[in-house]
Amino acid sequence: MTFQLIVFYSFAAWLIFSALMVITSKNSVKAALFLVLTFASAAAIWLLLEAEFLALSLIVVYVGAVMVLLLFVVMMLDIDYAALRQGFVNKLPIAIVTSLAFFGLLYYFITHGEFGPQNYANPAPKGADYSNIKELGRILYTDYFIAFETAAVILLVAIIAAIALTFRGRKHRKAQVISKQLEANKKNRLKIVSMEASIEETENSGEQEPSTAEEKS
Amino acid sequence: MSDIDLVEWGITLFWILAKIVMIILPLVLAVAYATYAERKLIGYMQMRVGPNRVGPKGWLQPIADTVKLIMKEIVLPQGASKVLFIIAPILFIGPSFAAWAVVPFDAGLVLADINLGLLYILAMTSIGVYGVIIAGWASNSKYAFLGAMRSAAQIVSYELAMGFALVGVLMCAQSTNLGDIVMAQSGGIHQWYWIPLFPLLVVYWISGVAETNRAPFDMAEGESEIVAGFHVEYGGMAFSLFFLAEYANMILVSFLTAIMFFGGWLSPFEGMGVLDEITSWIPGTLWLLIKASVFLFMLFWLRATFPRFRYDQIMRLGWKIFIPVTLVWLPVVAIGIKLGFWPFT
Repeated sequence: MTFQLIVFYSFAAWLIFSALMVITSKNSVKAALFLVLTFASAAAIWLLLEAEFLALSLIVVYVGAVMVLLLFVVMMLDIDYAALRQGFVNKLPIAIVTSLAFFGLLYYFITHGEFGPQNYANPAPKGADYSNIKELGRILYTDYFIAFETAAVILLVAIIAAIALTFRGRKHRKAQVISKQLEANKKNRLKIVSMEASIEETENSGEQEPSTAEEKS
Repeated sequence: MSDIDLVEWGITLFWILAKIVMIILPLVLAVAYATYAERKLIGYMQMRVGPNRVGPKGWLQPIADTVKLIMKEIVLPQGASKVLFIIAPILFIGPSFAAWAVVPFDAGLVLADINLGLLYILAMTSIGVYGVIIAGWASNSKYAFLGAMRSAAQIVSYELAMGFALVGVLMCAQSTNLGDIVMAQSGGIHQWYWIPLFPLLVVYWISGVAETNRAPFDMAEGESEIVAGFHVEYGGMAFSLFFLAEYANMILVSFLTAIMFFGGWLSPFEGMGVLDEITSWIPGTLWLLIKASVFLFMLFWLRATFPRFRYDQIMRLGWKIFIPVTLVWLPVVAIGIKLGFWPFT
């Protein structure tokens, strides 16, 4: 038990530290990398909760795909960091008030009332052969079928919308036509001219070789 | 915590460390001699002899290379982000070694026998891409940056196809534990998953080549266009870490293909009467090594045979061919399992 606590607190400390670094670091690429670290430590904490499928899919999806694409964009941005920090002091009081209010709300909901820990007993730890992934699949496709499919449809709509917003039409695209490229073969690209082999008699033998080579090709 | 607990804890820790050393040491040796094997093989394929100067028949060439790489100075480029520049190779090699934790070498012969082995492997390979991206960005060089961008786009595209191919495997085996996947293929060569999942095998194998940045998918390096891509600024030990991780990944992909599609440590003569009896003395680990070596050989062969793809061809292959193929084959597998016809039984 103590070992689990040590693991939990070290990853929780990492999580908070890296989350703070996301918003305080000056360089946006470093901020994005700290966000990756935040996800990784969150995944480690989920592992402690025996949610190993969720933990690993957090790493595969968020660390492995979403953040790579985000970094892809952030690395190519040219940001003027000084301009970004303008007006920081002016807006600080409002920022503090909103974040404190948000923190208070969260704290209240988590510790009191419906969502408080007193309403939920600690679940009994499952055995080592308990398969998280099967259970999750069974519940998603039976009890929560409609919610699951609705989420899928919303995602599909988002994908189509993203393409529709950025697609500028076929007119100005300069894409290669792969079928035409594949059609190209030796017959319609190369012309082989047979020539009689002969040695030209010139005084300067050094220039002779490249000229015969050209003729042959 | 009492004293006895501490002692037990220490013994467990020692055993885990010993097992890790037992996997990593042969792996590093295998990487060293994989470089030698590659240079020799490609040499013979191109009618050369390859390295033959250091030691008998050049057998000590990898050792000489290692010594040279250790002795070299690590140069820090001007304007590079120092911490990230040093971290990048470590981030690249860490996951490629960590993934070996779940690889089963024989029945029960595995460091971490976890339920989600398949997903763990996918997670580790997707973390590895950060080594490449950070190396490219931290180097403060155009070529390195271009290499990192190419690698990021390529790995994200091929990971989708690879993930779908793995879904097919877990549907057939009804498990994500790699040991269980091998055991589900027992019963002879016709029970291995290369028959029911043949399209997925092809997709997985080619995506594996693309994920390890090997020729003909080595756009991230692209010597002829962007010098050496993401590791152009690295030298000495830092470079050799990238090199080591790339070869460790190649060997890993070969092992995984053998485990998921070719029955892992199972003998190919299972249930064949006399042949099975004659070959029963061969340990399972040897079968796995033989199968993996065949795929490793194919990686070298590919490199010697094919020219590098153009970038748009790589993207087209990943998105427009591999993903549709997997999306078509997964329902076929599902129907096959549900109705129970050969070869899905």
